[in-house]
Amino acid sequence: MKSVDNREGSIIVAKYIIKRVLLAVVTVFIICAITFFLMHAVPGGPFNKEKALSEATIAALNARYNLDKPLVEQFLLYLKNLLHGDFGVSLKNGREIGAIIGESFPISARLGISAMIVALFFGTVFGSTAALMRNKLPDRLIVFFSTLFTAVPSFILATLLLLVFCIKLQWIQVWSANSQNYLLPIIALSAYPMAYITRLSKTSMLDALSQDYIRTARAKGVSKFKMIFKHALRNSLIPVITYAGPQIAYIITGSMVIETIFTIGGLGSKFVSAINNRDYTMIMATTIFLATLMVIANLICDLLYKAVDPRIKLD
Amino acid sequence: MSDILLSVQDLHTSFFTDAGEVQAVNGVSFDLDRGEILGIVGESGSGKSVTAYSIMQILADTGRVVGGRILYKGQDLSTWSEKQMQSFRGKNCSIIFQDPMTSLNPVFTIGNQMREAVVLHTERRGAEADARVKELIELVGINEAEKRMKQYPFELSGGMRQRIMIAMALACEPDILIADEPTTALDVTIQAQILELIQSLQKKMGMAVILVTHDLGVIADMCDNIVVMYGGRICERGTAREIFYNPKHEYTKGLLRSIPNVNNMKKKLVPISGTPINMLNLPKGCAFCPRCGSAMKICLTQVPQELVINDEHKAACWINVRDAYEEVQAK
Amino acid sequence: MNDIPKKNILSAQLDLSRFSDEAFVPATEDEKRQQDVMSESTTFFKDGMRKLFKNPLAVGSLVLLAVILITIIVAPMVVPYRYEEILSVNGKRDKGAKNLAPFTYSEMEQRYIDQGGERFPHIFGTDEQCRDYFIRVVYGTRISLFIGFFASIIVLIIGMLYGSISGYMGGRTDLIMMRIVDIIYSLPDMLMIILLKVVLDERLNFPPGSLLDRMGTSMVSLFIVFGLLYWVGMARLIRGQILSIKENEYVLAARSIGAKPGRIIRRHILPNCLSVIIISTALQIPSAIFTESFLSFIGIGVKAPMPSLGSLANAAREGLQSYPYKLVFPAIIICLIVLSLNLLGDGLRDAFDPKLKR
Repeated sequence: MKSVDNREGSIIVAKYIIKRVLLAVVTVFIICAITFFLMHAVPGGPFNKEKALSEATIAALNARYNLDKPLVEQFLLYLKNLLHGDFGVSLKNGREIGAIIGESFPISARLGISAMIVALFFGTVFGSTAALMRNKLPDRLIVFFSTLFTAVPSFILATLLLLVFCIKLQWIQVWSANSQNYLLPIIALSAYPMAYITRLSKTSMLDALSQDYIRTARAKGVSKFKMIFKHALRNSLIPVITYAGPQIAYIITGSMVIETIFTIGGLGSKFVSAINNRDYTMIMATTIFLATLMVIANLICDLLYKAVDPRIKLD
Repeated sequence: MSDILLSVQDLHTSFFTDAGEVQAVNGVSFDLDRGEILGIVGESGSGKSVTAYSIMQILADTGRVVGGRILYKGQDLSTWSEKQMQSFRGKNCSIIFQDPMTSLNPVFTIGNQMREAVVLHTERRGAEADARVKELIELVGINEAEKRMKQYPFELSGGMRQRIMIAMALACEPDILIADEPTTALDVTIQAQILELIQSLQKKMGMAVILVTHDLGVIADMCDNIVVMYGGRICERGTAREIFYNPKHEYTKGLLRSIPNVNNMKKKLVPISGTPINMLNLPKGCAFCPRCGSAMKICLTQVPQELVINDEHKAACWINVRDAYEEVQAK
Repeated sequence: MNDIPKKNILSAQLDLSRFSDEAFVPATEDEKRQQDVMSESTTFFKDGMRKLFKNPLAVGSLVLLAVILITIIVAPMVVPYRYEEILSVNGKRDKGAKNLAPFTYSEMEQRYIDQGGERFPHIFGTDEQCRDYFIRVVYGTRISLFIGFFASIIVLIIGMLYGSISGYMGGRTDLIMMRIVDIIYSLPDMLMIILLKVVLDERLNFPPGSLLDRMGTSMVSLFIVFGLLYWVGMARLIRGQILSIKENEYVLAARSIGAKPGRIIRRHILPNCLSVIIISTALQIPSAIFTESFLSFIGIGVKAPMPSLGSLANAAREGLQSYPYKLVFPAIIICLIVLSLNLLGDGLRDAFDPKLKR
């Protein structure tokens, strides 16, 4: 896509990618540090030395987490373990956290990715439709519903859906490991991002349509259809892609409540119970895992964004 | 067959906004002959660009032609369907705009956008279309056409972008080229180049040109005929010579007075007093009256009629009527 | 250019006899000025308020918010129950007053009324701990609004200070300060908030009886957490404004005609900054309320017995099947508040944002 001398172009792009990746690594490191040291700031320490733990448990924890060493060294060793995939042990039930994540994350991923795709797709479609039929009925309806859904917190929507469809009407079964019904959870999770993207893409479509280059296209004799789908659409998608990064963050945090409400055994609900149980090792490991996920997602979005809009200076 | 390509007859165009109806064009009429270069001069807000957009029917959503006719080769454009207009635009009549940076789509290559112009109205496809694009790029004086085709608008300089716009506009050899302030957004040195380019292309291809501008200097060199607009109406019209050497409207006189004269640096600059008119509330009489140094009582209440001054000149100003009246009285 | 042919042409086109001398008398300046009808000039503020009040959604939101505010201020004076009070009749704990439906009485209460006593109706019924639900929802709303509002103020103050210092100082200071902002910005905020909250909840200790102690550690830690993380957006915004204004041509123009700095700030900088600040703050409040209800929902918001709309909604999950109203009331109120604040914020932006294309 770049038209500058090809070699020059790819060098600039490579430098940019490397810079971004390095930045991401630094961010993850900072997150690990903050998480680790915060967890150790809890009175009595994260391992609840005040609680009565059996000798064996204490010994095991000491060995696993190098509790006899100075704090900073503990941190570095913890990092080293992380890089090897050792996430530690849950204080609550003694299981390997790595295993817990391994079995619950795929569920969350399925939920999250579906919700994202739904939100992005329908959001863009509705938003563009509203822009094209401005001030007519479809626009008014879309504006009404999208405004409404940006005001409903996801957990309220989820609980209401659960109430109406699972309990009162009994049309849809509640999620269980055997019958994995994702319909309601996806709706509840994607409602807010979909509404937001609808409004965003309507604004950006309207903005694109008011640009001079649309007038030029019209003056060339381009049909209305092509004007919208070739000239305006591509430009209007750019702000939507920018938003994709924060949306992933929303979906990750949203999944915590959605999974809790619909009793889905994903990583989100495990995280919530860890918080309520003060299972600090689990909290620590999960936070780092999820945060790293967000950083990677943002990185990919950033790179994608530059690929779509040729104007952006790679610096 | 008549030589008149375009005949605009008593055109009225308004914009319907939240604040009210903005009467941008109020009774404009002129003819355009084959191969004629017509200049439309006026300040911002005079209605000159809107007139051009009305011809091409590319007004913004809030704008509408509310009166008059626009005849192209005898047929009334304002009755045409959208499909017919699409066929007209770009093929029979093209337009280039003031700001080439925003007028080109930033996410598509030059080649892509030019190819579109070619493919829309001709039978050429694929390699043939690309060859034509190359031809056009070279026609407007840009080298390394192949390289340019792969570039994006932001990679080109202002002057080059405007040349590309011109090339795109001429892709299908239209009868009429409308140039809406083609040089206003460019550096002075580039301005001359672009104007020269338009002139030489006109000679080569023989199309009629409507040059819309606020810059009298630009008009002087190039135009056969000139139309001066203010407040959505035509003040006076005539050949370039008549307008420049024998202006018969106070507004035109004011415009000419305010051009700095390089040869006479001592002469005081005389601007036109006041501010451009508010198009939401047109005054009852002559639109220029509030700013006119020679305004008379009749100017307050009656819109001046357009009167023939001579074969090559018409003006709508009560001053001329007064002069004639006084002649008669003196007898 | 000879006169005689011209006269002939003109007199051939017009009937000159219908003109009189008067017609050609020069017009006076006054007469000319009357012709020139300019639209009335108005200040930026007046113009913005006018636009705002023409917007029915914004006005409706203001009305709704006013109604809610009045209700939550007046209700505790009218309703005789307290939010943490377990209902009792004649001094005796009323165990039967559990999970009453709206506008019903427990057996004990009913007997009391039959005997001639007066009992204020339970407008929203009662909760599982025999507390009047209406007053709990009212207090929940108070607390949610309180937190939302003050969190936004804190964010505003910190953001403004940081942003204006950074923007004003420029150079190295600005660079470093913005780097810090970038780092904080790239942290996943919700996760960090959860972590911080968990830690602060355990660690914070206030002298008993002090204001902070009465507010509760969880509320204070909520404010701390907002203050630590959410100011970055505002800081960037303010800095951007300061930078662009510093360079802006109209400031240069004002200075070049000798305008004093105070005047420049008042007439040029403030209107631009102010609208951005107001709009941003108005949209920050619902966001803060969202965050607070989210935290309350997962159990680390305000601590019982203090209610917040989020924790009430969470508590309503148990027994959802039998007592759906316990969820519905706080849910509707959250939605109404956030909706009206969003609409108000949108209305403010439409009315006051000078850069919005109309």
